[in-house]
Amino acid sequence: MYLADFLQLLVYGVISGSILALGAIGVSLIFGILRFAHFAHGDLMTVGAFCALAAVTGLGLPVIAAIPFAILGAVVVAVGIDQTIYRRLRRTAPVILLISSFGMAMALRAVIQIIWGTQDRVYQSGIQLPYRIGDIVLQPAHVWILAGTALLVAAVHLFLQKTSLGKAMRAMSDNMDLARVTGINAERVIIWTWVMGAGLAAVAGVFLAMDTRLHPTMGWHMMLPIFAAAILGGIGKPYGAILGGLIIGVAQELSTLWLSPAYKPAVAFAIMVFMLIVRPQGLLGGRR
Amino acid sequence: MEAYLVFFLTLAGIYAVLALALNLQWGLTGLFNFGISGFFAVGAYTAAILTTNPSPNHLGGFGLPFLVGAGAAMVAAGILAFAIGLVTIRLRTDYLAIATIGIAEIVRLVFMNEAWIGYGVRGIPGIPRPFSPDPVVFLGVVAVLLLLVFLALERLRRSPWGRVLRAIRENETASLAAGKNVLRFRLEAFVLGSMFMGLAGSLYAHFVGFISPEAFDPLYGTFLIWVMLIAGGSGNNKGALLGAFAIWVVWSGSEFLTGMLPPGLSTQASAVRILLIGLLLQVILLWRPEGLLKEERPALEKTRKK
Amino acid sequence: MTIPAGSLLALDNVYGGYGGVDILRGVTMTVQPGEIVVIIGPNGAGKSTSMKAAFGLVNVREGRVAFEGRDITNWRADRLVKLGMGFVPQEHNVFPSLTVQENLEMGAYLNPKGMRARMDKIFGIFPRLAERRRQAAGLMSGGERQMVAMGRALMAEPRMLLLDEPTAGLSPLFIEQTFERVVEINKLGIGILMVEQNAKQALAIAHRGYVLAMGENRFEDTGPNLLANREVAELFLGG
Repeated sequence: MYLADFLQLLVYGVISGSILALGAIGVSLIFGILRFAHFAHGDLMTVGAFCALAAVTGLGLPVIAAIPFAILGAVVVAVGIDQTIYRRLRRTAPVILLISSFGMAMALRAVIQIIWGTQDRVYQSGIQLPYRIGDIVLQPAHVWILAGTALLVAAVHLFLQKTSLGKAMRAMSDNMDLARVTGINAERVIIWTWVMGAGLAAVAGVFLAMDTRLHPTMGWHMMLPIFAAAILGGIGKPYGAILGGLIIGVAQELSTLWLSPAYKPAVAFAIMVFMLIVRPQGLLGGRR
Repeated sequence: MEAYLVFFLTLAGIYAVLALALNLQWGLTGLFNFGISGFFAVGAYTAAILTTNPSPNHLGGFGLPFLVGAGAAMVAAGILAFAIGLVTIRLRTDYLAIATIGIAEIVRLVFMNEAWIGYGVRGIPGIPRPFSPDPVVFLGVVAVLLLLVFLALERLRRSPWGRVLRAIRENETASLAAGKNVLRFRLEAFVLGSMFMGLAGSLYAHFVGFISPEAFDPLYGTFLIWVMLIAGGSGNNKGALLGAFAIWVVWSGSEFLTGMLPPGLSTQASAVRILLIGLLLQVILLWRPEGLLKEERPALEKTRKK
Repeated sequence: MTIPAGSLLALDNVYGGYGGVDILRGVTMTVQPGEIVVIIGPNGAGKSTSMKAAFGLVNVREGRVAFEGRDITNWRADRLVKLGMGFVPQEHNVFPSLTVQENLEMGAYLNPKGMRARMDKIFGIFPRLAERRRQAAGLMSGGERQMVAMGRALMAEPRMLLLDEPTAGLSPLFIEQTFERVVEINKLGIGILMVEQNAKQALAIAHRGYVLAMGENRFEDTGPNLLANREVAELFLGG
């Protein structure tokens, strides 16, 4: 094994880790606040990716300019589902939400199949000239992904630390009952949590499609590593989710030095199980 | 038509075994399992490897009798459930849901990539039907086993063991205080349920005669079984049976309807069916969360609310 | 009985509890403006439940709760905060991953105008919080957390504060300090309803007290009179 190969894999790991991190922030916050693992989150990514495709093919936009459409689409879908279905089920028990979100994942995927079919698609065909930094090769799409993720993570950080809505989200993730008796309007904060989670998921979906391709099952297949990232970082801890995403992404890429790439999900799963055994609250001490 | 009816009933019976198994895990004990297809696949492959004739393409076959294969299928699925349960059963049930999805995915990856076990995507052919190749005879086998599983689970539900499971589900802290080893009971229920899923997998392998990883897409099967149980009534074994047959009728019926669409729309048609079932699930959860049949409770507990 | 005129908070013959089981079976109590009122009684008497029923956290099946004459039975908590009531739970009463200052800001979530001035006022009551304003509340001691929790409730500028066992689990030194703070807060014109296990000390600072047992009123008198009452002393104050 050469150092250059190792570094190249590391870069790929950070790229796929960025995509995981953007998905995991939403999963972690929703798990922290609404107390359930949202199984349709990967399919929100898919919705975002395909909404961007619609803007690319319909309006002739470059993919980066289509990202606002992706965000809009995923946010409308997420808030719509929350207000029509999840909100009513919240009053009974969080576990019912688990089943419901599993069903929503299937339904969303089916809708995408009905509209776009099941064949692979890309935003842009043709070969793009890669950048070379020393021995490391970087596609233009990768540069967008890294820069976009850095920008979004910084924005999320400022939002959570500096705005009262962001602080209320952290407070709700800490202790929902106390947030209510403090006078925080929980339902309003929940809607904004969906807006943020779905918006980030949409961008993650577009990035994933830029890195690979579009397919109705693309988001679902990210669920296992995304859950692993959220658990690794600590449920309800957005910073943990970012850290967890990067670790899982890098570990999955580096594992290809020894294992068949087909087993990447198994690597994420192994890290998650190990974490559940030794430290179920995650690296940053989230909820169990 | 008669052939179709036999086909329909056999698969319905296999689904009913799965719905009963899930009812033990979720309905009675409150444990999530989104990886039903994983335990099902392990059972199917175990039975296939043990009962087929020797082949250079895959592990075995060992040409063993049907019942040996079915028993081994249960054991293999049970061991897998024990391993994953040991790690996650003490945590919130969300983690079990996530972990079971992971297990199902990994089981599929292993069967796809480790060609020495089951010849990869080419799969294992020539899995014999027990006693006779006649599908009617096999329907009888499925019916007998379904009845046995149902009676066993009904007996368990009424036993002290079943009552402890319900107590655990409804109020874990009180049962803890009563000196019950909650984790052990939950683990037992999870393992036993998964063993029945392994049994269903072996029945499926013998019925279809050929298995490959593609038959175990983690989703559709798992999803359909959840809808069956929720529709029929979680916690009620008769409800699980009823739900399995009712949803299987809806599912197969929708295939007839979408079959009338032009052939170019066939992928769309299967997506429409999934969408309809997905929406049906939401409708049930919102407006009739108890399903068709409510959970039966011993008379004493009727007045107690959760 | 009906709601007495001029009262700050009134519970009128309240029945209710969790699920279908009534824990409260006809609880009646009032707090007048500017009063400290203490609820004491044995375990399971419904002390905390009464307070939670007043704050909409327990379902009131029968009877009424009123704040400043307005019916607030089964109102949602955030509406009550808007109305001028504050509640400090007994446990888990701070946001552990938020800093002290952020905890206080959450208290002013509904009316953030002039938050700085209010925060300075609270730092005046609890100087310790000013020193540790940037520390995560989850890393503080039990007594300090109680200060954060009270401070957070005061940030909403309530006219009435409900305190659920504010001294539970604290060392004797902190218990004394906490009661001193309660008196100080009360002197700002804030009415206080408090559930307490340290009944003697609590009654010593209270204007009035209620003794509950089995979800019903047993005694009701001024603080000094309850302290002097032999039956109350024998049954509920440990002789």
